[in-house]
Amino acid sequence: MTIFQKAMTSAAALAISATAAFAEAELTVYTAIEAEDLARYAETFNASHPDIKINWVRDSTGVITAKLLAERDNPQADVVWGLAATSLLLLKSEGMLEAYAPAGVEKLDPKFVDKDETPAWVGMDAWVASVCYNTVEAEKLGLTPPTSWKDLTNAQYKGHVIMPNPASSGTGFLDVSSWLQIFGEDDGWAFMDGLHENIARYTHSGSAPCKLAASGEIPIGVSFAFRGAKSKAAGAPLEIIVPSEGVGWDMEATAIVAGTDDLEAAQKLVDFTITKEANEMYNVGYAVVAYPGIAKPVEHFPANLLDAMIDNDFEFAANNRAAILKEWAGRYDGKSDPK
Amino acid sequence: MTDATQHTLPAGPSIKGKLSRDDIIMRGSMVVIGLYLLITMVFPLYAMLSKSFSTFQFDLSAYEVQVSDEAGATFSNPIRLNDLNEQLKVLEDSDMIAGSDGRLGVTQFFPDFSFRSPVKYRIRNTTDEGRFLVGSTLTDSTEWVELDSNTFRRVQLRPVKSTGFGNFRSYFATPALSNSIKNSVLIATISTIVTVTLAFWFAFALSRSCMRFKGLFRLIAMAPILVPSLLPGIALVYLFGNQGMLKELLFGASIYGPIGIVIGSVFFTFPHAFLIISTALAISDGRLYEAATSLRATPWRTFWTVTIPGARYGLVSAAFVVFNLVITDFGLPKVIGGQFNVLAVDIYKQVIGQQNFEMGAVVSVVLVLPAILAFAIDRFVQSKQVALLSARSVPYQPKPNKKADWILFSYASLIGIFIIGMLAVCQFAALVKFWPYDLSFSLNNYQFDRMDGGGWGAYYNSIKLGLLTAIVGTAIIFFGAYLVEKSNGFKTGRAIFQMFAMLPMAIPGMVLGLAYIFFFNNPANPLHAIYGTMAILVVCTVTHFYTVSHLTATTALQQMDREFESVSASLKQPTLKLFGRVTVPVCLPSILDISIYLFVNAMTTVSAVVFLYSPTTSLASIAVLNMDDAGDIAPAAAMGMMIFYTNAGARIFHLIASRGILSRTQAWRNR
Amino acid sequence: MPLDGSEPYLKIENLWKAFGKFLALKDVSLDIHEGELICFLGPSGCGKTTLLRAIAGLDLQTKGSVHQGGKDVSSLPPSERDFGIVFQSYALFPNLTIEKNVAFGLENTGRSKVEITDRVSELLAMVGLADQSKKYPAQLSGGQQQRIALARAIATNPGLLLLDEPLSALDAKVRVYLRHEIKELQRKLGVTTVMVTHDQEEALAMADRIVVMKDGVIEQVGTPTEIYSTPKTLFVADFIGEMNQIPATAGPSGAVSFGNGTMKSLPHDFTDGHPIIAAIRPEDVIPHGDEAHVLGSDDVVETEENALEVVVDEMEFLGSFWRCRLQHKRFGESELIADFSINAVRRLSLAEGGTMTVELPKNRLMAFERPEAVE
Repeated sequence: MTIFQKAMTSAAALAISATAAFAEAELTVYTAIEAEDLARYAETFNASHPDIKINWVRDSTGVITAKLLAERDNPQADVVWGLAATSLLLLKSEGMLEAYAPAGVEKLDPKFVDKDETPAWVGMDAWVASVCYNTVEAEKLGLTPPTSWKDLTNAQYKGHVIMPNPASSGTGFLDVSSWLQIFGEDDGWAFMDGLHENIARYTHSGSAPCKLAASGEIPIGVSFAFRGAKSKAAGAPLEIIVPSEGVGWDMEATAIVAGTDDLEAAQKLVDFTITKEANEMYNVGYAVVAYPGIAKPVEHFPANLLDAMIDNDFEFAANNRAAILKEWAGRYDGKSDPK
Repeated sequence: MTDATQHTLPAGPSIKGKLSRDDIIMRGSMVVIGLYLLITMVFPLYAMLSKSFSTFQFDLSAYEVQVSDEAGATFSNPIRLNDLNEQLKVLEDSDMIAGSDGRLGVTQFFPDFSFRSPVKYRIRNTTDEGRFLVGSTLTDSTEWVELDSNTFRRVQLRPVKSTGFGNFRSYFATPALSNSIKNSVLIATISTIVTVTLAFWFAFALSRSCMRFKGLFRLIAMAPILVPSLLPGIALVYLFGNQGMLKELLFGASIYGPIGIVIGSVFFTFPHAFLIISTALAISDGRLYEAATSLRATPWRTFWTVTIPGARYGLVSAAFVVFNLVITDFGLPKVIGGQFNVLAVDIYKQVIGQQNFEMGAVVSVVLVLPAILAFAIDRFVQSKQVALLSARSVPYQPKPNKKADWILFSYASLIGIFIIGMLAVCQFAALVKFWPYDLSFSLNNYQFDRMDGGGWGAYYNSIKLGLLTAIVGTAIIFFGAYLVEKSNGFKTGRAIFQMFAMLPMAIPGMVLGLAYIFFFNNPANPLHAIYGTMAILVVCTVTHFYTVSHLTATTALQQMDREFESVSASLKQPTLKLFGRVTVPVCLPSILDISIYLFVNAMTTVSAVVFLYSPTTSLASIAVLNMDDAGDIAPAAAMGMMIFYTNAGARIFHLIASRGILSRTQAWRNR
Repeated sequence: MPLDGSEPYLKIENLWKAFGKFLALKDVSLDIHEGELICFLGPSGCGKTTLLRAIAGLDLQTKGSVHQGGKDVSSLPPSERDFGIVFQSYALFPNLTIEKNVAFGLENTGRSKVEITDRVSELLAMVGLADQSKKYPAQLSGGQQQRIALARAIATNPGLLLLDEPLSALDAKVRVYLRHEIKELQRKLGVTTVMVTHDQEEALAMADRIVVMKDGVIEQVGTPTEIYSTPKTLFVADFIGEMNQIPATAGPSGAVSFGNGTMKSLPHDFTDGHPIIAAIRPEDVIPHGDEAHVLGSDDVVETEENALEVVVDEMEFLGSFWRCRLQHKRFGESELIADFSINAVRRLSLAEGGTMTVELPKNRLMAFERPEAVE
């Protein structure tokens, strides 16, 4: 270590302790954001709000949701920053969210804001369903690329499709709920009946189908676009297909937990999360963000994705979740005997 | 002179002994460790059981509605929804059962409902407990809420909490769930038959033939104990998956499902069955074979009349141990199970996937039953085996038989190749850049920090957990066993303690982990603070593997002279001094065995900790699970092999260390 | 013996011990005086070890009291009583050297390191193992281990030394030697000692007084000679030494009858005609014509009634004496066993098949209650 480096390090340490000393408020923030992004987000926030210190509690979407629900009567979190909107709707329906219209909310794409007069949550970015298609394996099997969801029920794909189990994967559920919205209830289930015939298996996680397609384990994986783009960047022979009927999506969103000790600091944080600056920060990983007109294209992302996003009815998805999953399990999980 | 009349105990109270300071310390410590087991096992299990009976139901009588005329001005008299349902018979009682996130739309009670009509609706809760949503806004007051018909269709009733068998009823009414019982039992049974048969012949080859490399084969047979049960699943994906190296061998059948679970189960349960059966074969009496030979019995007849009966308790015991391992295993079916649902995975899906804790608890209760049954039978059979062990017998000395030795050697080699092969495949897959498209070697898959699951931090956490579990666990368990074995009196206390110590073996890891959520993640629990920390992982792991360690300690302690404590007391020396100066040094070999057992299991366990880790305390085994879950199979294999090497290293270290320590501290063993 | 009428050192009163329904001790009372060596003697299961463990406080009695040195120790734990103990297994700590074993009880007693070392050397010298101090127990012979256990037990100068079958794990020669040595040591230290044994020879050789036990009850307490020559019960008579037992009926006090003949015996309390066992030790049977060689001046020979003409059925040479089986019609199936000295046999030219006259001295002929089921 050179003297210069040493000096820099101690300066940095000094700066950090200074920040800590300067911090007047501390917020416990629950999140499902990728661990590697947390530090970057907090840094960007602290650049403009050095007086608020963020204590992250991070886990996967399911676990964080479960944790929040379990703490319903004694909430530990002040803010939820970066959790699926469908999860936030569950929290909202338990009366756990503090409605708040952050400054500048009107600038956001209305798709990304809770429909209530004073929104209970505001969106950050979206992850969008798509189909990962392994061109090498498909060619070996003599398959033609599908262009629509309906195509996937074609007999040529029998045993060549993998999708996430909606009961355990948020991605799986957004697929199912989007099909029910696109096709209507009856046709939606009829479509899934047909699709089920072609499904090799249902995975527990939402990103697995695309990774399995990338590794050639299966030619077609129903997953989300971001995952496909990443695998493609890693060199997998993938094509990311956006089905013509439109694709389901969910968003990461932010909300204040009702009963927070420091509402003022929480509001400041939420105000920040919808700024242009914050959305540019989200854009590093996500192609679709709430603040219109700033998103830069992400490498390997399908160009037409934004237009294909359906007008998702989150309320429908949240309120019918239990019923949909019950129906789904009854139709497909119950029959999952050895093939 | 003796007199018959004085031969009855006179009435009156018996002498109550005054407790010595040592007695008080020992009883106190036993109570403390007993409380530890109570808090770390009994209370959580109770919390889980009560959770399974906590149901959610729609209570239609908690809501009143009014409907207006076409003009939207005059409203009908209020009517309760349950009365409306009586009239219209829309819903049955069974429809009232719900999960915690259940929703019930209300428009179904109004056959004429149209969201375009100008009719208006009013709805209110009749009690404070009533809850309904308009859209996703919660209403829990008893005020009337007036809504137009388009909004009214967004009204959803929420269930209320109550207690009862509802969860169990809906469990058994849902084939998707209850089918798993059949699946689990089927898989466990098939795996048991296959494993016990294979392990028997392997043990037979090692104990009854003169083939070569027996030591090597023994070593190989024990290798699977060093890896998490997920790893064989990953190996099978590479061997028999759609891009598998030996895919053709399956003739089009899919490895994802029962076939995969069975093969993987055979792999990870093999060492357990092999150990038990070879012990049983080792204690068979050589004189019986001499007798059979002198009676000119054919080898076939000798096999059935001498070998099998001699090993029968071992076989039965092995069968139940394997059955228990397979039916409670979570990692393997999670990786390779495909659409084939089993109980242990159902718990995970219910809890992590759907946040349906109540149903998770129900599945847990269902899973505990066969596990406890298999455990009870195993304990019963083991007690018989001990009786057989204590009998005097002459060890059997096999005689060379060229043909038989060759056959058995080939057989053992096949098993050896199977085990080594599975591990080698994982290692190969971990080193390949991008299977199957780019087969060049790279270390990319070891960049765990770029994957989900916790990265290298998870690996170091695992080592930390292993060391902490080994140190803390060995201390608690050995001291607890000492107290049970060597305390004076206090019979009831000791019996209860002994029962607590045996219980963990019957509790599947998934169940224990879930029970910990219910118990420790309760803000009202003063121990809530340890939730999400390394401490809870250590506590859970120690408790999960308590029984085997306790039995090892007990066996070692029973071999000590019963009178050491008496001598020490007569010399007025504190019992704890005796414990430190004599008991611990003499039992050191067993103590080291217990610590390595705890370390290896802490490294490989998935099921108990999968519900309990936090982002900062993710573990290597959990990382394997999560990376596989996310489709990062090669890094998962890489991490799995890291666990293997670590455990193998720990074993070697344990071997060298214990030799070193023994040669220094156990000089007294050499005459 | 310090039977000076002072308070006994150890006073055991009405001790009962129940293991579930089984009564291992039934109303046992016993006084032990300071400096005595007492042996508890009896067959296995008679309660002798139970009694020892109750004295030590290792297994508390169900009822009754134990006073040691005037202090009630009935409910005290072992660590608060004052005794040293040697077990059959010796219970030496296998991982500690001999000197560490002996020093174990000396630590934490306010003794300095030097004092401890000195005391250990003294003790090891006392048991004759000074040169073995650095060895481990497993490197010593059984007898040596036994002596170490003894040294450890007396290291702290306990008021009471308890020995639980200390010699039974050793072979015969060592046993005889150690018997002597323990007795010597006990005399030298003057420590009150209780030893449990099932070996009557050991008890006779070592004890100041013997406590004979059976089925949880004390049958008799007395000096070895008392126990031997005037056993109070048939059990004691039979358990210690050899004893002829011949079914008979009681005559008036001081007489027993065999079929048609009557003999004079020691006085007894049986009513005339009561079924009894008449008993006499083999060495007390005197060949006629040899009285002068056998009997002391205070023994009275009743030649008229107590002389019998017997057939010598079998003779067995046992080294220092001859054991002869004698037949007489009065005894029916039972044979009378008599031990004759080599000299007597030579003098009387006894041979198998011959006849002779023997004398059953009346002060050696005893009458005991006949057990109901006689084989």
